[in-house]
Amino acid sequence: MAEVGSVVLPGDQVRLMINTEDSTRFVTGPGLRRDSDQVTVSKAGILKHKEPNIYWVDSRQKRYIPTKGENVIGIVTMKAGDVFRVDIGGSEQASLSYLSFEGATKRNRPDVKIGDLVFGRLLVSNKDMEPELVCISSNGRSNGMGVIRDGGFMFTVPLNLIRKLLSSDCNLLKTLGHHLPFEVAIGMNGRVWVKGRSVRETIAISNAISSAEFMDNMQIKMMCNKLVDALTGFT
Amino acid sequence: MVKMAGPHGSSSKTKLSKNLLQMKFMKRCTVKAEQVQNEEERQRVIDDEHWVLDIPELKQKENNFVTEPSLVPIEDLKFGRMSFKGFNPELEKLVKRLETEGELAASEEREKINSVDDEEMANRYESLVGTIAKKFTKKRQRSSAKDDEQEERDSVKRKKSKKEFMKPSDD
Repeated sequence: MAEVGSVVLPGDQVRLMINTEDSTRFVTGPGLRRDSDQVTVSKAGILKHKEPNIYWVDSRQKRYIPTKGENVIGIVTMKAGDVFRVDIGGSEQASLSYLSFEGATKRNRPDVKIGDLVFGRLLVSNKDMEPELVCISSNGRSNGMGVIRDGGFMFTVPLNLIRKLLSSDCNLLKTLGHHLPFEVAIGMNGRVWVKGRSVRETIAISNAISSAEFMDNMQIKMMCNKLVDALTGFT
Repeated sequence: MVKMAGPHGSSSKTKLSKNLLQMKFMKRCTVKAEQVQNEEERQRVIDDEHWVLDIPELKQKENNFVTEPSLVPIEDLKFGRMSFKGFNPELEKLVKRLETEGELAASEEREKINSVDDEEMANRYESLVGTIAKKFTKKRQRSSAKDDEQEERDSVKRKKSKKEFMKPSDD
């Protein structure tokens, strides 16, 4: 029986603290499988728990498994009739309809070329079906999604680093943003796109992001200060 | 003495008078009441003709597990596009909007926990209806609506407490 906070391996059984009086339901996140009343681990990692009743397995991982509702960065690889094929780093390419861009109509096609980066949300992701990407929210607005243009630099990092960057207790982007103007797009599939004022700054920011995986907030702050000093010509 | 129903009886609840219900602006209310009555009657007819399987009801297995395939809601991850120091003002505006929306939702959630829920509110108003209704009844009516027992007790008390002129004794 695995305990919260310990390392678990696929096949381990998880004992959940079930109290029948509590009406809130149990939420099993990624890495846990359930058949009837038995919960089994399906991914190697650390068993995590969050109040009230959420359990999941946290692991270092590079392979992206498409999940419904997540924002990802894709690369357009093919134009096939009225859909684009987009590589999102999963086992299969996702399809992206040309109508699912803001302001797109049958007459007015969006300007998307092969090789473009798109930031979109996964509308369908099923283990038996091709994932489907959209660049539009349910109310018809782009909401920051769409083709990412005008240069910048895209690189790939482990998925756990992505989650770290997007969590509210990581100060990396905030600290960098204090010193440098830049723009960033972070996809849950491990892709990060950065654009700074110059190529020099873009490279510096991307290096800072990819080296922050095992740093805590103190170390991140120190690194950022060093980096900004180097960029401005001190040291 | 006419015995009145206790405070829990239907007669103590405010009922609209017949004359009032005949008025033009009360038409909707009357129609509604009639509808309810008709519905009840129809239901009774159906119940008599309705065939029911004579087996114990299939108990649906309670499922208190939810599978959440994504870590985004679990870890409360932020939106993946950000801009700093005015690099992309449009995007910064959007991020700010998303943030305020998130805060609003959170505060609403908090409010829901702290505030009175609908059922409690209904209960409160129910008692309030009684209090207001009391205002429109005369004091005598009010006391006659109480239980006999209560009445007796009251009368005893009244007798006791009734002030009388006490004749001073002549010396």
